Amino acid sequence: MKTFLEIYDYRQMIFSLVRKDLRGRYKGSVLGFLWTFINPLLQLVVYTIVFSFILPTNIDKYYLYLFVGLIPWIFFSSSITGGSSSIVAQKDLVKKIYFPRQVIPISYVTSCFVNMLLCFVVIFIVIIISGIGVNPVALLCLPIIMIVEYILALGMALLASAITVYFRDLEHILGILTMAWMYMTPIMYDKSIVPEELLPVFNLNPMTHVIECYRAVLYYKKVPELESLLSSLGLGILFLVLGHFVFLKLQKHFAEEL
Amino acid sequence: MVQNEIAIDVNNITKKFKIYYDKGSQLKERLLFRKRNRYEERLVLKGISFQVKKGEAVGLIGHNGCGKSTTLKLLTRIMYPDSGTITMNGRVSSLIELGAGFHPDMSGRENIYTNAAIFGLTKKEIDSRLNDIIAFSELEQFIDNPVRTYSSGMYMRLAFSVAINVDADILLIDEILGVGDANFQAKCFNKLREIKAKGTTIVIVSHSLGQIEQICERSIWIHEGLIRAEGPPKEIDLEYLEYMGMKLQENTAQEMEKKAAEEEQRQAQEENVSSDGENENEAESEPEPESQPESKKRWGNGNARITSIRAFTADGKEQRIFRTGDSITFKIAYNVRKPVDNAVFGIGIYSCGGVHCYGTNTRIDRLDEFRLDKNGTFEITLENTNLLPGEYMVDFAIESDDGIPVDYFREAYRIEMISSAGDVGISRIAHSWKI
Repeated sequence: MKTFLEIYDYRQMIFSLVRKDLRGRYKGSVLGFLWTFINPLLQLVVYTIVFSFILPTNIDKYYLYLFVGLIPWIFFSSSITGGSSSIVAQKDLVKKIYFPRQVIPISYVTSCFVNMLLCFVVIFIVIIISGIGVNPVALLCLPIIMIVEYILALGMALLASAITVYFRDLEHILGILTMAWMYMTPIMYDKSIVPEELLPVFNLNPMTHVIECYRAVLYYKKVPELESLLSSLGLGILFLVLGHFVFLKLQKHFAEEL
Repeated sequence: MVQNEIAIDVNNITKKFKIYYDKGSQLKERLLFRKRNRYEERLVLKGISFQVKKGEAVGLIGHNGCGKSTTLKLLTRIMYPDSGTITMNGRVSSLIELGAGFHPDMSGRENIYTNAAIFGLTKKEIDSRLNDIIAFSELEQFIDNPVRTYSSGMYMRLAFSVAINVDADILLIDEILGVGDANFQAKCFNKLREIKAKGTTIVIVSHSLGQIEQICERSIWIHEGLIRAEGPPKEIDLEYLEYMGMKLQENTAQEMEKKAAEEEQRQAQEENVSSDGENENEAESEPEPESQPESKKRWGNGNARITSIRAFTADGKEQRIFRTGDSITFKIAYNVRKPVDNAVFGIGIYSCGGVHCYGTNTRIDRLDEFRLDKNGTFEITLENTNLLPGEYMVDFAIESDDGIPVDYFREAYRIEMISSAGDVGISRIAHSWKI
């Protein structure tokens, strides 16, 4: 509990780290912050071209189907891979000054999260232009889905960032792992094509539910199955608690290991 | 607030460091070169306990590597002890690493926010302190310029201003009162006293015993991972200085022995050479070629040579460290190879920055010129040597008529001055105030 209060005291530091990260991301480029919107938009253009002309699928408006899953996934995977090296990257701070170390992964995940929110601006514009439209009731569920995903991502990031300090290879291992994880999550395809015997694996994957919920709300305009979301939340909290305790234990020797 | 409340309670802490011979933190390295991961464990703190009361100021002293900085790092929670406990009651701010998280491209103002946030201040708290911070740093004109355009002095001033305005209950300071020019230092020092008067608990690690004596009620001397002594700074510092003086003397003695051995060897060589060139009687005015290797530090015709230099206190103790105001007696022994008529002895004192602090010789002081015809010694006593703390190099010279160098020995001896007063400059000038 003390830790949480302390982290709350350091909210300004989190805020300033997030801002620094968001501002620094496209620093030096001509278009600067606009890239935050241009980037997903251009990605969307590429997907549209590829899946309309080169690899046509039988899913209607596949580019959107893919896109509403991909943006949340990118938030998740970059939280893990980038989050894992976040403490090592801030070693000058960690070695020299005290602050609750959790601030670093929290800031990193939060900045990825804010980035995702900004991409959602693009998503909404495209949804409206493409004629799919929105269902206001379903939309109310969106923040809940986002929070569940945030909890999942934060738990993983805490775990990964603390272990990476002692074991630097993890950063690269996670690069491959998240790629495999992406293909094990129905982002590019529908869960209905998954072979029966593999289904349990997919159902255990918390991201399966998260992505399906996003898709339900944004693509199918339906209220998502809250049951599956709850199981994701359960797993998310489990990871967060685990990450918290591992972090607490490992952080004591950060200054010496870095 | 109860006066006797404990702000810091350190209970029997130990800290080990692993010194890796060759550290690998990659999987491959861990698996393939397991043997390479061998390390040595060094016990830096061997069980330290102390308590600091609320509002008390404590100085940690000790020589390099004794564990005082490690203790401070444990207090800040950058590191954690291997055993034992530390309890800190109140908000802690540390002036250990100034300017953490400064971003060179951001303006001074933005950096104040970033830096203060790292100390755990909220936006509101920073807003209310912003003017104080800027005023204290004396950077009003530059506050909206990027920090990369600042001089290092300005940078440190800004960083210090943020750290000192955090309003902590406990302030930890590591050797940072060397910020900026003398004016700003004095300002920092006054601010520190102000903070202390407000009831802030302070722990200082410093080599400047003078600063500790001025601020702290108590000194803790850490020696090789243990507390060796604690008590009022005046007493403890003196004890510490005596110990350091003794240690330096030991080193000096060893150094002298080494030098003497080298000297003997050199002289033996010299003898060989001069027996070869016996006919060149009139070569006196030219430095002899064999003194070439050290010609930059020592030159002269070599008819007489300084063989040893020793320094003593007024009560005859051989020493190399003196307090400002002490009298210092140098005893210099010399060998004579050829008699020197109308000899002059000289001395010069330089600060380690190369400033010529003082110089004189027997001719300036109107002593009768004398003839050196056999080995002997001479002495010079500097009464009330008011040089301020620091290292000084002492030159000695033997000259003959018309300033011809016989043996001019630059940086022949090194002394160190210490003082617990905080006055600055090169030399203390006796003074009095009327207010």
